[in-house]
Amino acid sequence: MDVFSRRYLYKLKNSTTMKKEVVRVQQVKPAKNRRQFIKMSGLALAGAGLIMACSDDDDGTMIDPNPEIFDLGSGDLGVLNYAYALEQLEADFYTRVVNNFYSGISSDEMTLFTDLYNHEVNHRDFFSAAISAAVGSNTEAKLPTLEFDYGDLDWNSRDQVIATAKVLEDTGVAAYNGAGYLISNPDYLVIAGKIVSVEARHAAAIRTLINPGSADFAGNDVVDGNGLDLAMAPSEIIAAVSDTGFITTPFTATQLP
Amino acid sequence: MNLIKFLDEFSNENLVNGTSSRREIFGTFSSLGKKAALAAIPFGLSTFANKAQAQSMDNAVNALQLALTLEYLEDEFYDLALQSGVISDSNVETVYMQISQHEQAHVDFLIAGLEGAGVTPVEKPTFDFTAGGAFDPFNTSNPAAYAQLLALAQAFEDTGVRAYKGQASNLMGTDFLTPALQIHSVEARHASEIRRIRGLKGWITNAERGDGMPEATQAVYNGEDNITQGGVDVTSLGSGSPFGMEAATEAYDEILTGNEAVNIASLFIVS
Repeated sequence: MDVFSRRYLYKLKNSTTMKKEVVRVQQVKPAKNRRQFIKMSGLALAGAGLIMACSDDDDGTMIDPNPEIFDLGSGDLGVLNYAYALEQLEADFYTRVVNNFYSGISSDEMTLFTDLYNHEVNHRDFFSAAISAAVGSNTEAKLPTLEFDYGDLDWNSRDQVIATAKVLEDTGVAAYNGAGYLISNPDYLVIAGKIVSVEARHAAAIRTLINPGSADFAGNDVVDGNGLDLAMAPSEIIAAVSDTGFITTPFTATQLP
Repeated sequence: MNLIKFLDEFSNENLVNGTSSRREIFGTFSSLGKKAALAAIPFGLSTFANKAQAQSMDNAVNALQLALTLEYLEDEFYDLALQSGVISDSNVETVYMQISQHEQAHVDFLIAGLEGAGVTPVEKPTFDFTAGGAFDPFNTSNPAAYAQLLALAQAFEDTGVRAYKGQASNLMGTDFLTPALQIHSVEARHASEIRRIRGLKGWITNAERGDGMPEATQAVYNGEDNITQGGVDVTSLGSGSPFGMEAATEAYDEILTGNEAVNIASLFIVS
């Protein structure tokens, strides 16, 4: 699916509809294993046609939420868990990059990817600490450690690694921009702001690696005619991420727009 | 509204006594600016029911006026830079042209948003990019012009990132927040690109302004060495390089307060 569709503007304004779609994710069944579940989730979220097909199923057992599936929750905690999921993905991706640099990597690019690894691991562990502090003894409200599978991504391919990094960084920017208004604690909002601008710095650097000397660092594919970067609703981000199949641990976001 | 008067008010933290009456703003807040309407963005504040919310609305308007001031500054800077003939590298010219388009769009967007909300935007000030003679960035006979032109761009972009971030809490609960965040990340993309053109990392290490940056720009970077995020010392979270001082400061951009941003912008404002 087109992660960077302009449809996000309308979807942001139509959160009720989006919530219904997300609710249906946890109704997708039966899933034989977790991997299959997340792939089905991605498909269901990616196209309304598939959701309709699912709803028309004759067995009538769709409304049966699986209590084993973690839900991100609502309010600030929901947003923190959401950010934690995305930072876990980025941190895991760059951990693999720096543990197996692609063939022929330059020293400059090695430094750059090591920086990105450091930043994202720090972000991930910050959210882990912040959520632990927020939930206190209610530890089951904290998103667990996720598992990942990048399929046939070739870690020795510069093109593939950089292209994936670009998607992850642009997605991170759009996700934070689209979730800021859901935050009610100003301290959390400012911290999200401190992180999103670093994600945007990453995105620009990665984009310039792909196309040096161009306008792509803030290209017209992500910045619109009003000079605004992307902002996407959590449901749309989760759908896009699910579609990649990278996250194999299932979770839902039934209480976020 | 006169910009200097606005800046004085901002500097005095006299944020709740804006020149537009609350009644006037209430009456017109539902209308959308032309540009904003085209973008299908609900750029306006929702109706405010009580005094506390009215005050927060005034804070939001002041935050946007500050943002507009900084956008005027950037917009004129890139226009003059592109007209100066100082940039000979076509790749750099491409970058400046893209940034210039964004800054012009930000000016237009903020003006439309403020007017759509029934607020008179601050007037464009008269700028002095020599900062009283310290720089001469648009003069092709100045051998340092190109370096100064890049250094000033870095300072303006890094200031923009920090200044928008500093106003986020003033925009909470308003429809201005999301567009401001969307501008904020564009400024961060610009900052990264300019820094990398200058041979620096795209992110800010400790409170370092970076090689070749004039000392006068240090105010842009002061405080970037903060390591406490939400009460957590982010150098102490785990082990290894992600939690060293350099990585831990690079991973988070810091805010500038309104006053700090005004003080930086004021170096380049004549009237």
